Amino acid sequence: MHNHLYLPLLIPLFGALSAIVFARKRRLARRIIIATIAGHLTYSTWMLVSFATNPEVPRQVAFAGGWAAPFGITLVADPLSAIMLFLAGLLMLTTLIFGFATVDRRHEHFFFYPMLLLLLFGVSGAFITGDLFNLYVWFEVLLVASFGLLTLGCSRGQAEGGLKYVVINLIGSTLFLIGCGLVYGVAGTLNMAHIAERFAGLPAGEPTFITVLASLFIVAYGIKAALFPLFFWLPTSYHTPPIAVTAIFGGLLTKVGVYSLYRVLGLIYNGELPTLSPLLLILAALTMVAGVLGAVAQMNVRRILSFHIVSQIGYMIMGLGLASVFGLAAGILFMVHNIIVKTALFLIGGAAEHISGTGDLKKMGGLAKREPLLAGLWMLAILSLAGIPPLSGFFGKLVLLQAAITQGQYLIGLVATVVSILTFFSMLKIWNEVFWKQLPESAQEPQRATPGLVVPGAILVLMSLLIGFGAGPALDYSTLAADQALDVAGYVTDVCGATGCEPPALGQPVDPANMRALTMDIIPEMDE
Amino acid sequence: MVLVMVFVIGVLFAGATYLILRRSVVKLILGLMLLSHGVNLMIFVVGGIRRGKPPILGVTEQLTPDRTTLADPLPQALILTAIVISFGITAFVLALAYRADQAIGTDDLDKMTTTDTF
Repeated sequence: MHNHLYLPLLIPLFGALSAIVFARKRRLARRIIIATIAGHLTYSTWMLVSFATNPEVPRQVAFAGGWAAPFGITLVADPLSAIMLFLAGLLMLTTLIFGFATVDRRHEHFFFYPMLLLLLFGVSGAFITGDLFNLYVWFEVLLVASFGLLTLGCSRGQAEGGLKYVVINLIGSTLFLIGCGLVYGVAGTLNMAHIAERFAGLPAGEPTFITVLASLFIVAYGIKAALFPLFFWLPTSYHTPPIAVTAIFGGLLTKVGVYSLYRVLGLIYNGELPTLSPLLLILAALTMVAGVLGAVAQMNVRRILSFHIVSQIGYMIMGLGLASVFGLAAGILFMVHNIIVKTALFLIGGAAEHISGTGDLKKMGGLAKREPLLAGLWMLAILSLAGIPPLSGFFGKLVLLQAAITQGQYLIGLVATVVSILTFFSMLKIWNEVFWKQLPESAQEPQRATPGLVVPGAILVLMSLLIGFGAGPALDYSTLAADQALDVAGYVTDVCGATGCEPPALGQPVDPANMRALTMDIIPEMDE
Repeated sequence: MVLVMVFVIGVLFAGATYLILRRSVVKLILGLMLLSHGVNLMIFVVGGIRRGKPPILGVTEQLTPDRTTLADPLPQALILTAIVISFGITAFVLALAYRADQAIGTDDLDKMTTTDTF
């Protein structure tokens, strides 16, 4: 039992509630919010370190209400969860600093920051739950918070983009719910360890009903993660809310979808992963190409960056599609890099947009001379995104390409390389238009950048540099995370004990002291 | 019984799909509501329909849990959760649709293209 697993949920929840209660006292509310994020970040840092220093404890498990697995809801944290929790906390911190500098008072008055904390609450829950239906509930928690953040203020653009975002995400959730129901019908359980154990006993290799179920989850999470061809809602909606919201959405929300794909395909559908690998690789390649080509046509900072979110999701799915520990480790390392750098780009580009008063590339310019620090940070961030050493992007892409080539998947490697070059091209477009060229005659004079606009981006660019210089340990850690994410037997043992999750054999009298199970055993019927 | 339910679920899904593909926001929302009803019924059927069986047995009884002696209590709990969630979200979407109608001045999805990128 590791009851501290409730902390990353309780801290944001109580932080949000007290911030709502004290909303009228603005300074106090802000302090509560900063303290909450600091608490969450401290906890997740501790968890990250504890997995690195205690390799003999690969997972930490908590049983809600004292109900042993597979009953009740189980919370499970492994290195992958720890990485994601830490990144969520870090992104929240930078978004918060940026938000204090840019978000207007009316937003703050209408609970902008408490909603950010509730978003963190939902995201943290999604990262540490060990129950499939509970994951659905966490998705809804984070979705409702994101709906609020996206539509707060409700300008015309927000109403249009928000409506599309809400509807497509609801349909995605519904598909996820259908998946949950069907999994329950087939496996008779919703605990991820128990499902994994039961599915692992089925004959592998041949496409079965389980393969169909796995594909349903790919579609459901694909909508959340903006996978080709389900990504059109993203560039339509992400440029409409305040910049701070776009930054946290762009960095975090789509990656919750990717994380769920990693978790569910790596654990529950582990046996189906080889069957689905070609499909995932094709989807990954199409996502990369569609995203990067979509960005070429845009002339607005945040619209360009939104399309690049889509394109980078392709790389992460490529890591999963390689269906090996090395491939998944590469995917995780790339995801860590991308979460950090993508948010940095949104924050720096957003700062440029904020001081210029517009996000239209044609009306911006001359910022390299006025704001050399901002320009330097942008240059570092785009070099990292494109994959230039010693920044984190180089190692993320290098490991992915290595994994692809060692497994003989040359085509996806080629696509990934070409897309990289195109990515750099469209990032340079922003550089040329926003920072390098002269300010157009007709444009209004930009304001000065305040520290609150520059510091968040600087923190994240620094993190990217750190990962670049510490690429060895970072890869070791993501290999550990990938290893744990694909280790079904270890997961089952850690959650349900050495005897596995299965209840005593059917028809046998059960010792009341040892009673665990009353689940419907439906799987044998499938074999008939 | 199951056959009837399956038919009902099929009709709900078909109606939902038709409504979601309409251009009006209100019909779209009605479609989403129908869809969630269809999914709830589907979970109900998938969990197995057993009439007149107890959902929980005492500890001392001889336990031979199978589909003939026991009704599964879990699907109803899942459905209840899903109903509550979809109720809350429907309320939000209705409020959003109302605000969108005020901000945009139309109910036609084809006219909401100012933020599109294609």
